[in-house]
Amino acid sequence: MGDFSLLAAYKQEFIDGFLTTLSASLLALVLSLCVGTIIACLRLSQVQLLEWIGTAYVEFFRNTPLVIQVFFFAMGLPSLGWNISEFTAGAIGLSIYTGAFIAEALRAGIQSVPRGQMEASRSSGMTYIQSMRYVILPQAFKIVIPPLGNQCVNLVKNSSVLAIIAGGDLLYAADTVSSQTFQINLTYLFVAALYLVITLPLSFGVNQLERRLARQS
Amino acid sequence: MDFANAFDPTNLTFLLQGFLVTLKIAFFAILLSFVLGIVLGICRYTKLPVLSHLAALYIELIRNLPLLLVIFFGYFGLREWGIKLPVTMSVIVSMTLFTSALVAEIVRSGLNSVDRGLIEASRAQGFTYIQTLRFLVLPLGLKRTIPPMVSQFISLIKDTSLAVVISLPEMTHNAQIIYNKHFNATIPILLIVACLYFVVNYSLSLASRRLEKKLVG
Repeated sequence: MGDFSLLAAYKQEFIDGFLTTLSASLLALVLSLCVGTIIACLRLSQVQLLEWIGTAYVEFFRNTPLVIQVFFFAMGLPSLGWNISEFTAGAIGLSIYTGAFIAEALRAGIQSVPRGQMEASRSSGMTYIQSMRYVILPQAFKIVIPPLGNQCVNLVKNSSVLAIIAGGDLLYAADTVSSQTFQINLTYLFVAALYLVITLPLSFGVNQLERRLARQS
Repeated sequence: MDFANAFDPTNLTFLLQGFLVTLKIAFFAILLSFVLGIVLGICRYTKLPVLSHLAALYIELIRNLPLLLVIFFGYFGLREWGIKLPVTMSVIVSMTLFTSALVAEIVRSGLNSVDRGLIEASRAQGFTYIQTLRFLVLPLGLKRTIPPMVSQFISLIKDTSLAVVISLPEMTHNAQIIYNKHFNATIPILLIVACLYFVVNYSLSLASRRLEKKLVG
């Protein structure tokens, strides 16, 4: 193994990459929560057509690679003369992809609350919205939190797809620095540690939460 | 949009050649990570002091890193250490290293889900620890791992597309070559590629759902 001081000269590349990874993940998290909620509502809708659209969305985007979805925005749209930045293309691709997984987690959570509870609260005089708000969602929330946390970890890891389209994320920085310093494994080791700084606390938190929620029920 | 070039027979054949490489890589990586994952999962499940800690360390580190970083390591990183694998081999190695950690976690939680009372009963009947593991915990526990295992393998098939970064001649890479030549055909080609991935992955997920229903009854 080489000398870590060689990497010090590239401090700015690593800082920029780290911040890009963080901001892409955060932006995609917010967007994919929005997408996921909308799609989950469609899937749970009583209207056949809406339910079908929700299901088609989930199945299509879960079963095709993230890389292809990101390429659609990074290469496909420019081929129609619509140029968007690599960062935006990556963030949108990530949101669309992760949205499908979040929609499934939300749907599974809401459906795990027995039907009888909705019927009981409706017949006690609550409106649909009230029964959702006070009876169904608080219970669904507990079930949904661990899988949502896992999606959050996956999102951070998957944001490395930005490196493929030169999106300037942490892994892109690793690629640039390693090809300039020829300290390949040293750079990878350093970048791996930076990823773990984000993902390990997240995974650990999810595990703890999962255990606490399991004990409560 | 240029549909003529996208559906040109030479281009389609070229895509399908890539598709075969995708399937070949996925097949070997699935096979290897299945075996390695079960071994790691059992190491983690048995509370053997050193073995289970080493397995835990490996699993936690690898599953919190981006696969793309592992792919970079498996190609450029190993090269730096003098291990010059051909690109196909290197992708199989990287994907196996990564997926086996995730399979191990699935195996561990499957084995943990086997009822304690059953294990105690079997020990009380005079079965040794190994016999209990072999005849009770493994058959019961592994059955429950089928659905999450299949979705992990679907992820693997999708993730072979990440190997575009090291120019593995798989489907996504071949698609890139075609639309770099015929820029206006980018979107149609990405759609064809997405559909091919979808057909394989969706059939797998349908099969896994059917199998699950049959096993659970």
